Amino acid sequence: MDRHYPAGPRPTDVYFFATCLVDLFCPEAGMDAIQLLEREGIRVHFPADQTCCGQPAYTSGYADQARAVARVQLDLFPNDWPVIVPSGSCGGMIRHHYPKLFADDVALKAKAEALSGRVFELTEFFVKVLKVNWKGSGNSKKVALHTSCSARREMGTHLHARELLAQLGNVELLNHSHESECCGFGGTFAVRQPDISASMAGDKADALKETGAEKFVSADGGCLMNIDGTLEKRRDSFRGEHLASFLWHNTERAGEKE
Amino acid sequence: MRAHETTHHVQFVPGSEFKRRAAEVVANPFLKKSFRGAMDFLMMKRAAQFPDPELLERQRDLAEHIRRYSLARLPELLEQLEVNLKKNGVQVHWAETPDEANAIILDICRRHDAKLMVKGKSMVSEEVELNHAMEAAGIDALESDMGEYIVQLAGEKPSHIIMPAIHKTKQQIAELFAEKVPGVSYTEDVDALIQIGRDVLRKKFMEAEVGLSGVNFAVAETGTICLVENEGNGRMCTTVPDVHIAITGIEKVVEKLEHVVPLYGLLTRSATGQAITTYFNVITGPRKPGEKDGPKEMHLVLVDNGRTQAFADEQLRQTLQCIRCGACMNHCPVYTRIGGHAYGTTYPGPIGKIVSPHMMGLGATHVLPGASTLCGACGEVCPVKIPIPDLLIRLREEATHEAKPGHAPMFGQGAGKTAFASFAFKGFAFLYSRPALYRLFTWAATRFRFLTPANQAGWTKSRTPLTPAKKSLRDLLAERSKH
Amino acid sequence: MSARENIFRKLRAATTAPLPSPDAAIAAHYASLPRTAQADLARVQLAKDFAEKITAWHAEVHIVPRSTWVDKLKEVVAAKGIASLLYAPATTHGKALAAAGVAGLKPYDQPIDGWKRELFENVDAAITGTRGAIAETGTMIVWPDADEPRLMSLVPPIHIALVDADTVVPTLYDAITQQKWSAGLPTNALLITGPSKTADIQQTLAYGAHGPKELIVLLLTGEDAQ
Ligand code: SF4
Repeated sequence: MDRHYPAGPRPTDVYFFATCLVDLFCPEAGMDAIQLLEREGIRVHFPADQTCCGQPAYTSGYADQARAVARVQLDLFPNDWPVIVPSGSCGGMIRHHYPKLFADDVALKAKAEALSGRVFELTEFFVKVLKVNWKGSGNSKKVALHTSCSARREMGTHLHARELLAQLGNVELLNHSHESECCGFGGTFAVRQPDISASMAGDKADALKETGAEKFVSADGGCLMNIDGTLEKRRDSFRGEHLASFLWHNTERAGEKE
Repeated sequence: MRAHETTHHVQFVPGSEFKRRAAEVVANPFLKKSFRGAMDFLMMKRAAQFPDPELLERQRDLAEHIRRYSLARLPELLEQLEVNLKKNGVQVHWAETPDEANAIILDICRRHDAKLMVKGKSMVSEEVELNHAMEAAGIDALESDMGEYIVQLAGEKPSHIIMPAIHKTKQQIAELFAEKVPGVSYTEDVDALIQIGRDVLRKKFMEAEVGLSGVNFAVAETGTICLVENEGNGRMCTTVPDVHIAITGIEKVVEKLEHVVPLYGLLTRSATGQAITTYFNVITGPRKPGEKDGPKEMHLVLVDNGRTQAFADEQLRQTLQCIRCGACMNHCPVYTRIGGHAYGTTYPGPIGKIVSPHMMGLGATHVLPGASTLCGACGEVCPVKIPIPDLLIRLREEATHEAKPGHAPMFGQGAGKTAFASFAFKGFAFLYSRPALYRLFTWAATRFRFLTPANQAGWTKSRTPLTPAKKSLRDLLAERSKH
Repeated sequence: MSARENIFRKLRAATTAPLPSPDAAIAAHYASLPRTAQADLARVQLAKDFAEKITAWHAEVHIVPRSTWVDKLKEVVAAKGIASLLYAPATTHGKALAAAGVAGLKPYDQPIDGWKRELFENVDAAITGTRGAIAETGTMIVWPDADEPRLMSLVPPIHIALVDADTVVPTLYDAITQQKWSAGLPTNALLITGPSKTADIQQTLAYGAHGPKELIVLLLTGEDAQ
């Protein structure tokens, strides 16, 4: 997971890979992420042919189908710009699993590896590459943070998100019990093992709510839909917000860092 | 409080029953709370043993290296082990199947006219269902590890590989002893309960003609087996009866005693958060002439039971690196919620999901690799760095597909294949590898979002339905560029 | 074909890429640990660490000068009300015990087969020597042999062990390599860290599961180390 971040000038252009979930289910989060990038003076390119990283098929054991989908994404990023993904699990898929998916084809493997090297999860990009300097706007707030498991273990997102929130000054991050535990989403797991999944999602919702935070934030659409859907079914008004949206609505730039 | 309502009798169940069993446990708040408490305790104890993450990483790298090296030389090391064991006076037996293993052990017992076998903790003996076979042949096979003894007395199976009775409360054990052990009255005092077990079992150690044990590590160079334990029952079983039979899987061998040291250090720390166990029992042969105790005869039964299948494939071979510490189950959010019995396998939890398909076939177990969110907590704590999530994905693939050309089919290959899933993923690939079609799809999904079904299979059981947004991100972007 | 042949045939059919031996990596790892790195760590400190650790494992430790350990033992025997103390008559410490006329001594001089029941039911304690000890974990190294058999440290409810402070090494790895275990292991070698215990009932720790309920260590030092 330790990643070497190239020093050098700030990138002027990036690609945005929205992921199928953000595109269809939480587009505002994608919009807010793009606006945050633009606020940093970066041109954001949205390849129109993007669909999905292929993860649902890959993790279900349908490697051929995952490859077919991934194959299309491989060609979308011709320039050597960073590729920003507003989801740790999809970012992890491209970064860690694409090279394995194309291991048998020399040319495609090289392509996958090159892509893998410039894929960044959104908060990672802000903290590690742009080294942003933001401050909170508006009233002070208390939030809890849930990080998806693949984002945590494959991308270190929990650390990056914490670092961003800590900058803001007026946002207090409240820790919840069993913070590193999975919310029970797991893609098709939620459908295949509904009872176990419900138990996990319920516990996660409880733990987040018990912090007394006004809302929770997460950088992963899947987890958000899982936990929010659980809360809504319970007719509970506590909710989560995509971290990108939270940041867009509650921060402003605080000048360049040295 | 006498917790009648929580008595939980579970026998081995086929994989198809997994979902139902899991739902049952999840719905029982008492069980859920007790598993969570136990797992939290074990996770905390383990974490306290590894305050320095960098040191832990180095230790795990080293342990992984040792296990991979040992497996890379497995056939040679097994031969060397056999030669040296024989030199030390140990009789070596090989079994491909559980039945063969049981027949070998039964045969030894018969030759000694044995009526009672005392058993130290051995998961391989559970795996081959030795107790069953002994019982059928009229030989008493008595578990002597306290947890195993409790579980056997209750007519159950272990629910954890390190702590077999972790699913039972002391009230349940108090009731069990009062009911099943002659002359014992109800007590919830743990020291008193252990004393009861001690008294019963000490008599049996004296009586038994045969002692059976597992093996934690076998050392090829010296012809040695090592046993790790706290209670001393393992030492009793391997020292007091006239015959000692050890049983183990063929993957447990390492080259040298020095290679055991880092593995032992990680095993106990990962398992229960102990820096070391009370006993580390290093056995290099039966009683020698002139010695006054120890078994007069010693046997080692080496069991395959599907391990050669895992070994045949470079990726799946990693399964055999396991040193059975149980840390993966202690950290598994699924195990924490359903406990060990719901799995219906000898080995529950993440390790069970990756090893059981080789032992029992994918026919009986294909549900298990799928019953994971791939959260990765298991792989993160595994002391020998088995990439458990990757292996789960691989087994999902084998469970839903024919064998790849040039590869021998696995036991139960393709048993989890359903027409629906194949169709769905083909559809997924068709749609998502055609950008124009996908755009059409999002266009339709957002326009016709009112048609979204209110009942979405398992999802809506505990959640509101997933509904597409009014406008997709690409629509929003298109609109923005118009302004 | 036999099971053995089948297993080997299947194992050999698999392709395995050879890996370098982990020997050097293991040696380097232990050399890098602070404890082993300080090879000249004072014996006294190692012995102190050992005593602290094994005490934490629920053993009772008495630090005594080598010349007076028998007196200390007599005190322990009296304090614990030990009526029958099993000992190994052919060992040096055994001879010392016999010469000092400790009460209730019972020699382990017959094969167990004739007196199993007596050992299990009528012996209160046993005293054994040790081959050394490990500071890192608070562990005793015991190599039973013909003179001092295996069951002495297992069956009687109290185990009294003599540990010479000069034999304490930093880690198990040091013990195994320095004492060259692989060159000649006994039929049974043991590491013992505290009395027998279990946590199998609701993770509650209880001592004396099957083996000794009490472990008493007499840590023998030079007169000046007191
Ligand atoms: S797979 Fe790893 S964590 Fe699980 S029991 Fe085996 S060694 Fe321990």
